[in-house]
Amino acid sequence: MSNIPSDLKYTRSHEWLRHEDDGTITVGITDHAQDALGDLVFVETPEAGAEVKAGEACAVVESVKAASDVYSPVDGEVITGNEELATQPELLNNDPYGEGWIMRISPAAEAETSALLDAKAYEETLED
Amino acid sequence: MGDRTPLYGEHERLGARIVDFGGWDMPLHYGSQVEEHHAVRSDAGMFDVSHMTVVDIDGAGARDWLRRLLANDVARLEAPGKALYTCMLNAQGGVIDDLIVYFLAPGSFRLVVNAATRERDLAWINRHAASEEVEVRERPGLAMLAVQGPTARERAAALLPAAQRAAAMALAPFSAAQLGELFVARTGYTGEDGWEIILPGETATAAWRALEAAGVRPCGLGARDTLRLEAGMNLYGQDMDESTTPLESALGWTVSWSPEDRDFIGRGALEVQRSAGAPRKLVGLLLEDRGVLRAHQRVLTPAGEGELTSGGFSPTLGRSIGLARVPADAGERVEVEIRGRPLGARVVRPPFVRNGKVRIQLD
Repeated sequence: MSNIPSDLKYTRSHEWLRHEDDGTITVGITDHAQDALGDLVFVETPEAGAEVKAGEACAVVESVKAASDVYSPVDGEVITGNEELATQPELLNNDPYGEGWIMRISPAAEAETSALLDAKAYEETLED
Repeated sequence: MGDRTPLYGEHERLGARIVDFGGWDMPLHYGSQVEEHHAVRSDAGMFDVSHMTVVDIDGAGARDWLRRLLANDVARLEAPGKALYTCMLNAQGGVIDDLIVYFLAPGSFRLVVNAATRERDLAWINRHAASEEVEVRERPGLAMLAVQGPTARERAAALLPAAQRAAAMALAPFSAAQLGELFVARTGYTGEDGWEIILPGETATAAWRALEAAGVRPCGLGARDTLRLEAGMNLYGQDMDESTTPLESALGWTVSWSPEDRDFIGRGALEVQRSAGAPRKLVGLLLEDRGVLRAHQRVLTPAGEGELTSGGFSPTLGRSIGLARVPADAGERVEVEIRGRPLGARVVRPPFVRNGKVRIQLD
């Protein structure tokens, strides 16, 4: 059974995001996503300062099987990518909601988050 | 639901991720493909390869007929028990399949061919056998296990009755013997030492469990693919097919040109290409920039474009490697287009890894 923490928000494309106290957003991929991809071997995170748009590809994760895009859940600007992933892509497999985070975003003032799923709604998408 | 091997229940028991492979429900991995890969390089792993097709060829005319059917020459198999890797070609020199042929006894041979090409192979073999003194017999009741790694033979020897262990351990590379109900061959597809064992399907589960108890780690098709890629071994349907010749597939060494009067199927076309020089070649690539090589990426060389035929991440090297078909005079430095960006790669001579050792210059 896949781990879906109840304090996070989710997308249908298997990203998670967490609202941090300082107003920024941390983004990663879900436990279900890392399990489906298999062992991760390469991660390309966006550069600080890059503009991202909700639903657009902003990072790439590659497993032993294939390359997959990671989509930004919101509009905003990248504060930093997780540089640890360059040398330890397996953090994504071992700790997808913790050390395996992919990027921090400063959301645009008008960033729309109402389409994001809560844990229960995300779990339902996995059952379809 | 696809076809299932006698070991399907074991794959389920071990929690394998099952994928379709040429119509078969096969294990991709049992948790971690990378750990399975390392187990084979450093210790011992086992693969269910029962989906592969075993075809026995018997009859007074078997040897002469195989000398015509196959591009390598079974006359080189001097004693029973010897094995040969070869291509089976069409009249244009294109590769119908690659296979291993075992010389069992005078007038008796065994072919092991790929699962995905089974029907085409059998149709081709039967068509050419029709008017000959040979009997073609598929052996669907047999299962096949590959036990591979530096400690594989030692661990797998536990399967055998004491009296047969010595004979099994004495097998030279590319040799085989029927030991009781086990046909044991010192062959494989990983670049490590080990055996491929052909056995009655109904005994496969017991053998698998005994191997597991002996410390041999179950490994899926995912690790099988990264291991064979590191070993520089071609995968049929990906690195070569009927539209490519052995000379364009780094398999020239498997074509037996002498004696000159041996008229194997495809020889005429191959001779023409051999004297003109093949326009393309299959080479190894090491990605120098960060990223992952994948099949079908474009390769840019000063001599023209090529294409990745296999690519992936090498767990042993910690780098991305691949096989690519490029113009014959491509040179050593090339670029690979990955998501629209040209990244630097170096042409290297496979194998990348053999017997646990890195065999290319990394920097």
